[in-house]
Amino acid sequence: MLQIPCPWCGPRNEIEFLARGPVVARPDPDGADDAAWTAFLYRADNQRGWLREWWLHVHGCGQLFVIRRHSVTDEIGPADEMAPGA
Amino acid sequence: MGESVPFKKRFSAAALFGAGLRGQRNWPALWRSPEPRKTYQVLIIGGGGHGLATAYHLARDWGIRDVAVIEKGWIGGGNTGRNTTVVRSNYYYPASARFYQRSVEMYQGLSDALNFNIMFSQRGIVTLAFSPHELNLMARQVNAMQLNGIAAEILTRDDIARLLPHCDLSATARFPCVGGFLHASGGTARHDAVAWGYARAADTLGVDILQNVEVLGFEQMGGRVCAVQTNAGRIGAEKVAIAVAGNSTVVAGLAGIDLPVRSQTLQAFVSEPLKPVLDIVVMSGLHHTYVSQSDKGELVIGGDSDTMTSYAQRGSFATIERTTTGLLELFPAFSRVRLMRQWGGTVDLTPDRSPIIDRTSLDGLYISTGWGTGGFKAIPAGGAALAHFIAHDAADEYSSAFTFDRFRRGALLDEGAASGVAH
Ligand SMILES: Cc1cc2nc3c(=O)[nH]c(=O)nc-3n(C[C@H](O)[C@H](O)[C@H](O)COP(=O)(O)OP(=O)(O)OC[C@H]3O[C@@H](n4cnc5c(N)ncnc54)[C@H](O)[C@@H]3O)c2cc1C
Ligand SMILES: [Zn+2]
Repeated sequence: MLQIPCPWCGPRNEIEFLARGPVVARPDPDGADDAAWTAFLYRADNQRGWLREWWLHVHGCGQLFVIRRHSVTDEIGPADEMAPGA
Repeated sequence: MGESVPFKKRFSAAALFGAGLRGQRNWPALWRSPEPRKTYQVLIIGGGGHGLATAYHLARDWGIRDVAVIEKGWIGGGNTGRNTTVVRSNYYYPASARFYQRSVEMYQGLSDALNFNIMFSQRGIVTLAFSPHELNLMARQVNAMQLNGIAAEILTRDDIARLLPHCDLSATARFPCVGGFLHASGGTARHDAVAWGYARAADTLGVDILQNVEVLGFEQMGGRVCAVQTNAGRIGAEKVAIAVAGNSTVVAGLAGIDLPVRSQTLQAFVSEPLKPVLDIVVMSGLHHTYVSQSDKGELVIGGDSDTMTSYAQRGSFATIERTTTGLLELFPAFSRVRLMRQWGGTVDLTPDRSPIIDRTSLDGLYISTGWGTGGFKAIPAGGAALAHFIAHDAADEYSSAFTFDRFRRGALLDEGAASGVAH
């Protein structure tokens, strides 16, 4: 089982969290064309290697935060963005 | 369309008996292991069920035999040899129902067509419901299936008690069962045999199967793919198709192509062999688990996919715990059974859980992906569809809904919501 470093609660067992997938940047609502919206809705980083992803501490403090995790080795970098929903 | 395959040595009961008299020696290798040639008309990347079936259909249906299947490991060593082998067509939308029903029908004739026993067993699939609401949704699903011409029926709790004598249907169960539905034509098949049967037939028709060859890059000329780079050198081709499941974004990325696909782990487990206890496939979305018993007697158990992006081919213990907890709630009698093996495969998930069979933005490059947690059942129809696309540069009549365009148009085929846990 992975230990996920919640920036508020410290390292906690994976079962307390929901993985919310790789971070996807929101396009500029005024300038985005169809292709940009399609990419925003349906495309996500999926490389073998380091990913930035959202995790939700659903059975803990309830905060959403970002960590870096390696998709092959499961190594986890520090929680690097502390703002909820960052 | 298509003739039967001219096998040099056909398998049969008589052949088995005859070889038995000579100690079962002298069976020929099922396929050759040729050196890669410099060029082929068509290259297929990925020696799983989909890649191998595509090669077979190119050669058999469309007479395109100058074909190689390139596999970085051994054939069937990806998800095809790791799956829990459930074959079914209990889909919701007409486009999916038609495609998966065709696949089930192709499975029915596959042992004969390939002269290879794939042990297809239409033992039926029972899906359980634990609330009136879940049962209502099942009634809707059953209605849709019946409208699509696929046999399905609602079961009462008493029906289920007859089909599943070991299942805990008591009112004191944590989740008391209220009914379910039966998909009588669903069942299981032997995964390795499907890969090996297609490989042998494709090889007999002239296809080269190149194992331990990994695609590392693409070459293009004038906006058209013309070769792949591999660890065994450059191999030229007029057309190239990608059928690499969980590695789809990695391989397509080598050609600069982005896909709406995420790679996640799906795990499975088998128990020690038992005497026959379960002659039907059982699924419960609420318990996040499904189970069947193999012909060897092992319980074959599956559950939900792990939720994070992963290429590790090993899953999280949390998922093992959740899946087995659900199984034991359904079948308390299995609590003393030991698990023998556990493993994970990297599955290719699209946002709507429906597949993609299409050309890409690079001319001459095709892809079949998004088979996710349920593409074993799709191997016959998926192989035929991709072969058709390569041969005619257009989808066949069964797969025309499975193109990239649906994401741009927002016309999703959302089978994720419709099919729950079932793989
Ligand atoms: C645990 C588990 C349970 C499942 N249960 C079911 C089920 O019950 N029913 C069902 O219908 N489906 C099920 N599935 C899904 C099913 O297994 C897959 O959808 C199906 O096998 C995909 O076949 P494929 O040929 O596309 O991919 P694969 O069989 O994975 O083949 C792809 C091949 O591509 C090769 N490859 C990758 N990259 C390269 C490269 N760069 N160069 C060369 N070769 C490369 C890989 O080595 C691999 O052999 C399950 C999957 C898993 C993991
Ligand atoms: Zn927390």
